[in-house]
Amino acid sequence: MAARTLTINGTLISARSNETVLEAAREAGISIPTLCHLDGLSEVGACRLCLVEIAGSAKLQPACHTTVTEGMEVQTDTPRLKAHRRAIVELLFAERNHICAVCVASGHCELQQLAVEVGMSHVRYEYLSPDCSVDISHARFGIDHNRCVLCTRCVRACDEVEGVHTWDIAGRGTNARLITDLNVPWGEATSCTSCGKCLLACPTGAIFSRGSTVAELERDASRIATIVAARNERW
Amino acid sequence: MEFQDLQIMAEQERSRRKAIRIHCCTSSGCQASGALELFHQLQAAVEAAGQSERVDIVGVGCMGFCGQGPMVSVEADGVLFEHVRPEQAPEIIASLDGGPCNVKQGDHAHPFFARQLHIVRRNGGVIDPERIEEYIAVGGYQALYHVLHEMSPAEVIDAITRSGLRGRGGAGYPTGLKWATVAKSPGERKFVICNGDEGDPGAFMDRSILESDPHLILEGMSIAAYAVGADQGYLYVRGEYPLAIARLQKAIAQARKHDLLGSQIFDTSFNFRVDIRVGAGAFVCGEETALIASIEGRRGQPRPRPPYPAEHGLWGYPTLINNVETFGNIAPIITNGADWYAGIGTERSKGTKVFALTGKVRNTGLIEVPMGMTIREIVEELGGGTPDGTPVKGVQTGGPSGGCIPEALFDTPVDYESLAEVGSIMGSGGMVVMDATTNMVEIARFYMEFCMDESCGKCVPCRTGTVQMYRLLSKISAGQATAADLATLEQLCHLLRETSLCGLGQSAPNPVQSTLRYFREEYERLLRKRVTINLTSR
Repeated sequence: MAARTLTINGTLISARSNETVLEAAREAGISIPTLCHLDGLSEVGACRLCLVEIAGSAKLQPACHTTVTEGMEVQTDTPRLKAHRRAIVELLFAERNHICAVCVASGHCELQQLAVEVGMSHVRYEYLSPDCSVDISHARFGIDHNRCVLCTRCVRACDEVEGVHTWDIAGRGTNARLITDLNVPWGEATSCTSCGKCLLACPTGAIFSRGSTVAELERDASRIATIVAARNERW
Repeated sequence: MEFQDLQIMAEQERSRRKAIRIHCCTSSGCQASGALELFHQLQAAVEAAGQSERVDIVGVGCMGFCGQGPMVSVEADGVLFEHVRPEQAPEIIASLDGGPCNVKQGDHAHPFFARQLHIVRRNGGVIDPERIEEYIAVGGYQALYHVLHEMSPAEVIDAITRSGLRGRGGAGYPTGLKWATVAKSPGERKFVICNGDEGDPGAFMDRSILESDPHLILEGMSIAAYAVGADQGYLYVRGEYPLAIARLQKAIAQARKHDLLGSQIFDTSFNFRVDIRVGAGAFVCGEETALIASIEGRRGQPRPRPPYPAEHGLWGYPTLINNVETFGNIAPIITNGADWYAGIGTERSKGTKVFALTGKVRNTGLIEVPMGMTIREIVEELGGGTPDGTPVKGVQTGGPSGGCIPEALFDTPVDYESLAEVGSIMGSGGMVVMDATTNMVEIARFYMEFCMDESCGKCVPCRTGTVQMYRLLSKISAGQATAADLATLEQLCHLLRETSLCGLGQSAPNPVQSTLRYFREEYERLLRKRVTINLTSR
């Protein structure tokens, strides 16, 4: 595997030829905000938070889905990108009912951390306040659609790591909703193995373990990557 | 099948024709105004008049003048009847022998017809789309024979490149370059896809082409498959086009029966199969990566490009995706030569473009005009201006991804670059005329509602940004917005354009931005003024 050298924010770094800009940046200690990305899962390039500027390309490119090339010049933190990231996080907060004060994930929530990271002091957009349900038909877990950001990390963890595909998305646009099996309550989804990988993968408090209360939900999303790595790197 | 067989079939078809051939349009547009009943009545009238030996009633594809449907034409003397009612059928038959006829007659010299140049639509309204014999009688499948026996794939690609043909789906990517990329991409197998998921409001070019001349598209796809090295094609047609699907199914069955699709076509080693995939109503499936996902049986959502389908397409194989109209240009280019095609149009946009001319215009329907014709010529000469003489305000081209062009810029020639320069796009070919009474804020709101409903929901800016923009436009429209709301709207336009995942979100701001650019005062007039209370005046 050949190595590549590229410049990120003016700093020369080296990367493996099959690495993405995101991987190369993180290895070099440069942080790029992400939400739909999770180590160990496939990339969908959906949240648009990791967009970066690449010299010679008029379009912004998602760092998670762009492979490094020799001599590439990447900017990850320009005022233009910062403004876009903040707007995207605000749009997410306005889309559903994200009320940290009553959320199980408060303090351990990636969306909350993103808001701090991008410097979101307030939301400029109208709160859409949709009517979302909470499904606690499963014996051990629950899903609160009010807190879902449709990143599909649970869908991919369930499909790619557990190999079950209990989760998927139904509907379109802002009416899109996570569903289990063919849109049955989670407790009746016969394909679900109750493995809890969706819970690990969820960046917010949307998928939670029953019985946990405000700010109690702590999980380690990196365990998904550990499981995948353990399978791939068999001795 | 051999070349001779094609000629024999053509000869047989011509010799079985009767002295008089009457064309009755049976496309969706005319069917909606009663063309099928008219077709049966015409047949009955021929029977009743004892003219069966002499007169043939042929159901044909779209004649283009959809606003005047149902349309009937008499081939030999070129008489054109408009707005024909079923009960007028005997009158038309009687008129063949000089009988009196009060049916409204059209005029071929009318600019609507005279200014057009038919390449893709040349068989529309002339042949019966349900019979392969009629297509062969007008020279059909000869281009495919020529390509398979006398040209190498590289020569075909070279011809398409030299013709200057660009993608008719809207973006205008050079077709020859796309073909060359697919041909050069390594892959165990390759695919050809015809994108018939036409979804822009007000656009019906592809539907009409598929309904009127399905074999033209099959022939174009076959030539493309030979050029890029594919053996399987898919016709992706939206489910809202049942007649197009039925006619394509029939056309595929006929082509297979005559060995024009299948194995060893024209006794060469070239094999090509075509199957139809029916879309389920999602606009975003017109985006190529979403369309591929849909054919693969997955949720119709786009994925980031690169890699482009030319390298990594259907099931990971190199895939050529072209629009219906693009494939419609292929056989004519092979038949008449690349230089002939390159001689039509402008410097950088060659050939013709089919437009669906609708809205506040006298002559609505489908037109095919050479690139470079000005919008003014299209709207005023072909379209005949507004029906009631109200001044024209602008046209909207390119549907929800396009923009509004004001009357002051009507001398803009219709080509890819000029339209982009004035803030719109060529798009697939919708052209909606608006008169002075049209509220441009409402137009922007309509298209934004469309984009909001059709957003797949995958990427955040498009999924929730379109909702916010729609709400802001509604607020402005209701006279409740402030200047700050308008500023937020403009910021969102910028955000969606730069950060959305696919073309749908990236171009969703176009109708808003173009109306703001040319009709900003209409927005500002609706803004709520800051109320100042003068406390000292008492």
